[in-house]
Amino acid sequence: MKRIGIQQIIDHVAEMCIEANTFLSADMMEGLRRAKGSEESENGKEILETMLCNFEIAKNKNIPICQDTGMVVMFVTFGQDLVIAGGSLEEALQAGVAKGYEDGYLRKSVVADPFIRTNTGNNTPAVIHYQVVPGDGLKIKILPKGFGSENTSALKMLKPSDGMAGVKEFILQTVETGSPNACAPIVVGVGVGGTMEKAAIMAKEALSRPLGKHNPLEHIEALEDYLLEASNALGIGPMGLGGINTVLGVNVEVFPTHIAGLPVAVNISCYVNRHVEREL
Amino acid sequence: MAVVDIKTPLDKKNRKKLRVGDHVRISGFIYTARDAAHKRMMEALEKGQALPMDFTDEIIYYVGPCPAKPGEIIGSAGPTTSGRMDIYTPELLDRGLAGMIGKGNRSERVINSMMSNDAVYFACVGGAGALLQDCIKSVEIIAYEDLGTEAIRKIEVEDFPAIVVIDTLGNNLYETERKKFAHKLWI
Repeated sequence: MKRIGIQQIIDHVAEMCIEANTFLSADMMEGLRRAKGSEESENGKEILETMLCNFEIAKNKNIPICQDTGMVVMFVTFGQDLVIAGGSLEEALQAGVAKGYEDGYLRKSVVADPFIRTNTGNNTPAVIHYQVVPGDGLKIKILPKGFGSENTSALKMLKPSDGMAGVKEFILQTVETGSPNACAPIVVGVGVGGTMEKAAIMAKEALSRPLGKHNPLEHIEALEDYLLEASNALGIGPMGLGGINTVLGVNVEVFPTHIAGLPVAVNISCYVNRHVEREL
Repeated sequence: MAVVDIKTPLDKKNRKKLRVGDHVRISGFIYTARDAAHKRMMEALEKGQALPMDFTDEIIYYVGPCPAKPGEIIGSAGPTTSGRMDIYTPELLDRGLAGMIGKGNRSERVINSMMSNDAVYFACVGGAGALLQDCIKSVEIIAYEDLGTEAIRKIEVEDFPAIVVIDTLGNNLYETERKKFAHKLWI
């Protein structure tokens, strides 16, 4: 039976938090370069150039790309035959986040109680979603989520009769209202179906799908294409100061739902769409 | 694109010269404050207490920086969303605040208050925390140290890049630029 020690988990998680906040993934870099090439607005072009320049500085100085190093969201896929040695998996994951945010000089942005609002001092707790699967693997995906964009996200319980048209309208409305504040060009994660919380979790995880990779379902791929073009026709542009690059990608996930429902969740990420994945 | 160099403090005469769309490089001292510091300042005013500093002709930068690495004076320091401060901003504008640096649009109430107080709103590139950190030359916490990243800091900036997005006349770049690129008929 495969065993993984908790110290190994702590160290991996800490490294992943620092890596995600310092280096942007290749698909996001490529998306921004392409946006700069196609942008028609002078302000937009200059803003995209500044964004690309900032990635270089962050990489060279080994400091966070953005000061909002986020609240950490984790997707953990846990093989049912795996043994975690030496302690609790949940505690190890949280300790890894605390270590990463301390060692990496990342900003601690989490408050303990939403009303009393005292900073926890180590950026924990992270929000962790677990999935138990056959086998003995352990896959950890980390998304440090900034709140400039998180605050512009939305969820709506549509009626089945609202259908595809209703879903499109709600997503575009959310993009239109949110993207000027969310550090556009944004990435849009969408979850349709399931229950209220299932839609939201799908929308979050959809943000980690690489740019340009479509949903394998034909009608969902068509929806993604439509939403990308329609969003970029809004004219909002980089940082909301005009242009044709408002959205870099729209990733839609679907799940079976109830005969009475059509839940839709839209999770927006800024262009610093951070996600790192490791298999231990 | 023409670039205007501006120095702080920024008096009304110089504020009125700035026009929406101007690309500026700001040098001098500016002050950091975001959600928690604003809330605390408003609580002080409600209790009839003084603000921790005189904001006349000064600029507030909405930022909560990362901790400084060894050998650095501050960590990454890009702008946060200004709209969350809308509820507090007119109180500060009425007390002489010259302008704000942040990202995203402002409420009508803030824009009206800016017009009556001849104030300017600048945006810088969100997420560009590492690049903007490079423009910060000194840092001193002047109030609310217990708020950590949200404390009020007096920071000296050199050639800090920003764009005038709302000017003293209430012209608003978020409204005007978008129209040029929107293809509403497509939708």
